[in-house]
Amino acid sequence: MRQIDPDFLALPLRRLADAALQRARDLGADHASFRLERVRAETLRLFDARLEGSMDADDLGFAVRVIKGGTWGFASGVELTPEAAALAAAEAVRVAEVSAPINREPVQLAAEPVYDDVTWVSAYDVDPFEVPLPDKAALLAEWSSGLLGRVDHVSAALMQVKEQKFYADTAGTVTTQQRVRVHPVVTAMKSEGDRFDDMRTLAPPAGRGYEYLTGTGWDFPAELAELPELLAEKLKAPSVEAGTYDLVIDPSNLWLTIHESIGHATELDRALGYEAAYAGTSFATFDQLGTLHYGSPVMNVVGDRTVEHGLATVGWDDEGVAGQSFDIVREGTLVGYQLDRRMALLKGLGRSNGCAFADSPGHVPIQRMANVSLRPADDGPSTEELISRVRRGIYVVGDKSWSIDMQRYNFQFTGQRFFRIDDGRLTGQLRDVAYQATTTDFWRSMEAVGGPSTYVLGGAFNCGKGQPGQVAPVSHGTPSALFRGVRILNTVQEAGK
Amino acid sequence: MNSPQETVERALALSRADDCVVIVDEGSTANLRFAGNTLTTNGVARSTRLTVVSVAGQGVGVVSRSAVRPDQLAEVVEAADRAAREARPSEDARPLVEGGTSDGWDRPVEPTSIGVFGAFAPALGESFAAAEASGRRLYGFAEHILTSTFVGSSTGLRLRHDQPTGRLELNAKSADMSRSAWTGVATRDFADVDVAALDATLAQRLEWGKRKIALEAGRYETVLPPTAVSDLLIYLYWSAGARDAADGRTVFSKPGGGTRVGERLSPIPLRLSSDPGRPGIECAPFVVAHASSREQSVFDNGLPLGRTDWISDGKLANLMQTRHSAELTGLAATPQIDNLILEGPDGGRSLEEMVASTERGLLLTCLWYIREVDPQTLLLTGLTRDGVYLVEGGEVVGEVNNFRFNESPVDLLGRITEVGASGQTLPREWNDYFTRAVMPPLRVPDFNMSTVSQAS
Repeated sequence: MRQIDPDFLALPLRRLADAALQRARDLGADHASFRLERVRAETLRLFDARLEGSMDADDLGFAVRVIKGGTWGFASGVELTPEAAALAAAEAVRVAEVSAPINREPVQLAAEPVYDDVTWVSAYDVDPFEVPLPDKAALLAEWSSGLLGRVDHVSAALMQVKEQKFYADTAGTVTTQQRVRVHPVVTAMKSEGDRFDDMRTLAPPAGRGYEYLTGTGWDFPAELAELPELLAEKLKAPSVEAGTYDLVIDPSNLWLTIHESIGHATELDRALGYEAAYAGTSFATFDQLGTLHYGSPVMNVVGDRTVEHGLATVGWDDEGVAGQSFDIVREGTLVGYQLDRRMALLKGLGRSNGCAFADSPGHVPIQRMANVSLRPADDGPSTEELISRVRRGIYVVGDKSWSIDMQRYNFQFTGQRFFRIDDGRLTGQLRDVAYQATTTDFWRSMEAVGGPSTYVLGGAFNCGKGQPGQVAPVSHGTPSALFRGVRILNTVQEAGK
Repeated sequence: MNSPQETVERALALSRADDCVVIVDEGSTANLRFAGNTLTTNGVARSTRLTVVSVAGQGVGVVSRSAVRPDQLAEVVEAADRAAREARPSEDARPLVEGGTSDGWDRPVEPTSIGVFGAFAPALGESFAAAEASGRRLYGFAEHILTSTFVGSSTGLRLRHDQPTGRLELNAKSADMSRSAWTGVATRDFADVDVAALDATLAQRLEWGKRKIALEAGRYETVLPPTAVSDLLIYLYWSAGARDAADGRTVFSKPGGGTRVGERLSPIPLRLSSDPGRPGIECAPFVVAHASSREQSVFDNGLPLGRTDWISDGKLANLMQTRHSAELTGLAATPQIDNLILEGPDGGRSLEEMVASTERGLLLTCLWYIREVDPQTLLLTGLTRDGVYLVEGGEVVGEVNNFRFNESPVDLLGRITEVGASGQTLPREWNDYFTRAVMPPLRVPDFNMSTVSQAS
């Protein structure tokens, strides 16, 4: 198991925390937390096997959050001295005082056990930041060169992040954590006549190290070898006839539908209206907890911050709450929400399930998404068996465009590849496909979920939420699944062409 | 900590590369967020970021670090120098821009603070009380950001830009949450924000919403307000990269090769432009590029920016690009600029006048969750939000349901029948990234409302 980097541990973590927390206490704060973090991100982009740009950046700083007189206050700083930390604490208290006249809902936090000086490191083998940039660029160039000649252009990118967090609060919790994530993407492009199209790899971002690119967790050479032929077939494919179809949706596409229509819809801050002016609210209102018929009886959804290689997996969240696993939808019924400490107490739900997260030292923790995943059926079918149950339908693979309304009712998704299903068999690709549905209609139309062999952990680095805007990484595990009677649009016709 | 100017000078002196660009961004922010007539979150934050661009022959190395202490500076510069030495030749490599010193280069940075809301916060509190008394709930976000950017180079650049960015989003809902209205303003300092007036506008819209009218999906004559126009046109702008167009990947690609520059996009003599000096939406008058991409080049840092027409007289005039891509496409080097202006012929009417002259049509409040469906047509999908009103005989007669739309802004430009008077607006969808916009209302005879959304 990897250890937390010594250079992060060498920072004056405790001295700054002590200075900040003591100043907050002295100024009358009822609760205070101190968070020091460094987020290092490197991105490489190649076009036609040539390095187009690279960026190696970090974000290092600290934040102090207080509750004084029932009002939040938050301030952050970048100078790593006890004096600056104490100053930020005083500033946070001042922010609470200035804000008090417009606060009508006193803040209290759900109780959480104290974790005294604990550490956690995510599961990875090779720190991607220890691999020289030229080596990484050479691997992407090798992948790209292998495709050039069979396609017109190739873009390749590698995003990698290392996140290190130290947290301490006035209750006595002290946690130190480090996690790593990588996302390699290759996109092939080709023209035929006036028709242009592209297709990218399905490899999801993963909470893994550089080993992900060299054979652990994904077979990139095998996936890349298939791309040119699949893209050539897509360019020749007929345009879809708009109408109603049965869909078998691959995990590489369904993870995003889960993210948008379940993940965000079951965030309690949205259901309570805290995001009403921005990200929106949720049709899954709190009064429907325990009764909302969200989907069919084969629908079982968990929120999880513990799964290995999950992008939202942590040891403790940014309010000092331990990572947990919890039910959100059980046999089609809404049974749980994603919580932070304030909302857990406010709604009488007992303990927080650990979903507070801030994406940087300059941002306040807000309720963010756990790894929200659809469970496979223990003895469920293979993807081929699901396809065999469809007389006229489409097999949807890979994610592309997505959009959903501000209450998470109406959505529209496209994909990377669409295969026509005739009498239980795949009969070639289709173009210009989008599926459009209302969330509960869609999940209630789910007739079957695949077995564990079809289960894949998909996800994204960049889920956006909150004001100021924050991004969060999150994974979604899902099996393949069969949906009956879903509306399919022809996107060319939608464009009025 | 060093001052940003000292950091620039020291980093340039430390670099052993052939050439070097140093960028220091000093940021400060203050924000208030509220929901249901009460505060939810708030905060102040500072940031400081150093970016070193080292050039060795045709190779370039870029390292960016936050909160760099003086004793760490040499390590950051050495990392960039080393990356440049190890790099393969960069295709966008060009001689660095040469230049002089901005006025005010030596002036200290003056950060923003929670005090920027000194008058605004009490006014907001009064609006909360008024809203509560009238059965309305206010939601929203107020943010002020001040970013001072310093660009220095081994070729003599010493450029500075101070960018204030402020925004207020205000959303009012009825107590039962069945009616919702939104407005937003961009501001440089919050001194010009009249919360009570904005709340009064929202109260009127909530009144309009008391009469509900169900409409099916379909194509409707639609009046798009400036904020909705800005969100569609900003996406168009972001999609106007010259390289992607030349490679055949976008709506601006010419069938058979090349770009559509020179082609007519609209029968109306529209001008879509960016102008760093436009009063009220001033932005950096020189290129600041922290990394190279298809639309920007670190070698272009410091390149002067002036007014650039993207569409002129209804025809596509320029595409966003670097000096390098300009050579590839044979077009002018026209880098991205951080504001956007759409203007029609003189004499355009106000939104209210356009509504008053509408026999039957829809008036939107704003658009939301806009995503690209097809890059080759620039087909976008998204939702209407916070109020779609039916206009009959020149008056709003009630609120209709929300819709999902599927439309291409490029196609829209060819179909619009009226362009109103342009004014500053706050983009609803993209204001996290883009706040400086001057846009008119537009009339579209047949806006494609693809399906009904149940969201209210």
